[in-house]
Amino acid sequence: MFQRIGQAVKGAMLLDFVGAWGLAFRYMLRPKATINYPFERGPLSPRFRGEHALRRYPSGEERCIACKLCEAICPAQAITIEAEPRDDGSRRTTRYDIDMVKCIYCGLCQEACPVDAIVEGPNMEFTTETREELLYDKEKLLANGDRWERELARNLELDAPYR
Amino acid sequence: MPKAKVNGVEVEFEPGMTVLQVAELAGNEIPRFCYHERLSIAGNCRMCLVEVKPGPPKPQASCALPAAEGQEIFTDTPLVKKAREGVMEFLLINHPLDCPICDQGGECDLQDQAVGYGRDASRYAENKRAVEEKNMGPTIKTFMTRCIQCTRCVRFVTEVAGVPEIGLTGRGEDVEIGTYLEQAVTSELSGNVNDLCPVGALTHRPWSFNYRPWELRKTETVDVMDALGSNIRADYRGPEVMRVLPRVNDAVNEEWLSDRSRYAVDGLMRQRLDRPYVRVGGKLKPASWAEAFDTIAQRMQGVAAERVGVIAGDLQDAESMKAALDLFGSMGVTNLDCRQDGAQIGVGQREGYLFNSTLAGIEDADAVLLIGTDPRKEAPLLNARLRKIWLAGKAQIGVIGEQADLSYDYAWLGEGVKALKDIKKSAFAEVLKNAQRPAVIIGMGALARADGAAVLKLAADAAKAFGVVKDGWNGFNVLHTAAGRVAGLDLGFVPGEGGLDVPGMVEAAGKGALDVLFLMGADEIDMSRLGRAFVVYMGSHGDAGAQRADVILPGAAYTEKPGFYVNTEGRVQLAERVVFAKGEAKEDWAVLRALSERLGRTLPYDTLADLRARLLAEHPTFGRVDYVAPSAALDLAKLGAKGEVSDLPFVSLIRDPYLTNPIARASVTMAELSALRSPVRALAAE
Repeated sequence: MFQRIGQAVKGAMLLDFVGAWGLAFRYMLRPKATINYPFERGPLSPRFRGEHALRRYPSGEERCIACKLCEAICPAQAITIEAEPRDDGSRRTTRYDIDMVKCIYCGLCQEACPVDAIVEGPNMEFTTETREELLYDKEKLLANGDRWERELARNLELDAPYR
Repeated sequence: MPKAKVNGVEVEFEPGMTVLQVAELAGNEIPRFCYHERLSIAGNCRMCLVEVKPGPPKPQASCALPAAEGQEIFTDTPLVKKAREGVMEFLLINHPLDCPICDQGGECDLQDQAVGYGRDASRYAENKRAVEEKNMGPTIKTFMTRCIQCTRCVRFVTEVAGVPEIGLTGRGEDVEIGTYLEQAVTSELSGNVNDLCPVGALTHRPWSFNYRPWELRKTETVDVMDALGSNIRADYRGPEVMRVLPRVNDAVNEEWLSDRSRYAVDGLMRQRLDRPYVRVGGKLKPASWAEAFDTIAQRMQGVAAERVGVIAGDLQDAESMKAALDLFGSMGVTNLDCRQDGAQIGVGQREGYLFNSTLAGIEDADAVLLIGTDPRKEAPLLNARLRKIWLAGKAQIGVIGEQADLSYDYAWLGEGVKALKDIKKSAFAEVLKNAQRPAVIIGMGALARADGAAVLKLAADAAKAFGVVKDGWNGFNVLHTAAGRVAGLDLGFVPGEGGLDVPGMVEAAGKGALDVLFLMGADEIDMSRLGRAFVVYMGSHGDAGAQRADVILPGAAYTEKPGFYVNTEGRVQLAERVVFAKGEAKEDWAVLRALSERLGRTLPYDTLADLRARLLAEHPTFGRVDYVAPSAALDLAKLGAKGEVSDLPFVSLIRDPYLTNPIARASVTMAELSALRSPVRALAAE
């Protein structure tokens, strides 16, 4: 009986409305939590595991030596490598494919790589219109490496003390 | 038998065993690099150190220490552990840490043992030594910095292969493995040193960087490059056979493999017939199976059975030959032959065309006479066995035929029939007479000629005179060169009543007396002499036969079909399918089954199992796999036939041991090896 009277009084005074307004006004005065993506971006860890890239040495020589450790460790079996001796006799891949749809972005490939050739860079904006475009080949991965080299090198350097 | 204690457990062992062998007998693993069961003991890697009592208070190299009665052997004491760690640390001083680019990575003894017996980290910060690469030919790729000087390769080429071309030069820090004269290793067994190398110093050049051991799937099968039927393991990835390695079978190939058997596999991906072809207006046009069968059926309509010929090639499996026999037999065709080299052999008693002493048994012989054969080219692993008994001083060897370099000394008696006739007067006659277990090996060089049967008769007479066949010993051996030959002869794939043999068929085709010639992988006959005959070629590779053919039916190569092969001893072996046939190609027996339906003579089997059941029912010798029946009494007097013999010298049919069959001729590695052998070097235009 008393409970019901109490509820009716609260309802008549619009207490819920007033509380919600108060909350809304409080947040209106605070600094914004959202950012204006893609014109503004949040901070990214150097360990962020985004799009893959194959790196080169400063001389321009590709790093990958076709040891196939990344292929062996890949839990999703997304990597396919074929290799044969290059004309100068060095061990290089003739094919380095990553199926970015299969990939689970676990980062084991970059952990396994003995020469820091395959890395997962900071890029997460690689959506495509077709599925086929997500089947990366060696050319695409090397181009990624060239495009992102500055960021990739900085991230590796920043993370180096913890390895 | 003497007894010793290994880690407190008493074991009995045979006198003469080493401490390492006794420890293994007791179930203890001893790490080693230089020790190998089939090579002499070098004792230079020091990895097999154990503690032995009584003895000096220090670890001892167990591979080189004879075990003795009452010895106490300890393989897991702290001293042994420390010693192994020390040895491993020294071995790794100069070994580069380049496992990611090393082809041995993943199947490397040093890698495995460093994990199992080494220290966890290196204390070595100085410079490592570097060694120059050596050129050892098209089969061996060197990376000499990785070498740990175990000398297995040196011992192999010196002892087994018999070409002492690899050696250890220099001392201490400067010690190097190399070919003394900067030349390629000329052995036909050179690939085995790559298998023997415990590190990545010597690796297979044809397959370099192509695969990692962990990504290959393995199938155990049988080799067909010579008539020994070496046991092999074919490793494949996807549709491609990536490599072939030997399997251990002491009765056949021990654990070696000849270069031809090992490296011809790259031919399996080249020059393949992957779809049917029909010749239209003088040119081969791609066709469907139905069109190909229709063309054959139309051409064969109304052709009399005696105007049809069938030749089975050297690499045929027993099943396909059985299917061909059933199909063409039902038509009444008698012109059937599986001896495309024209060898006059295969009629009469089975023992008359087998290697009766068996391959392992030839090691018991104390005198061996080779007639018209060059085993080094025809069967390199048999040659290795002959060298083994020659090296041990157990046998003397005589040769009638070519004076080839066989890697051992022999008495040369002459080059042809004359020497065979005069054998009793020769100096070697005394050796054969005094021998307890004399053996004769007669090759296709003596049999594959017009007077082959008469030569066989002469050889059998000589064998009889020297007591080659007696109680408990049958030393009369025929060395075949074709893997499918003995199976064909066992099945009776020889001309029937009034039928023509291979030279007869070729001649008849040239004269127009033969209308249809069916070639089952037969490429070694002279295609230019076939006249206007309608040639159907069923096979796996585009070689001489396919070029001449009017209809091509694509078949499976030996790695692509399950099948029985019978080696020269009469040992039935089962080959397995490793990968599927290329493109639209089908297994040979299935092609014949489909063709039989179109020809209106449907074969009574739909599955390979049915075909095999029929094969076994009619030919019980195929029933036991990997088994050689003890040879029955061979009546030498019934072998061969009397006749005129010409005085032409015996010449081995194999002119180039690397280009003996369509698969080898399609292989790049075989072409390289062949070019290396040929006296004419290609000159670059300058």
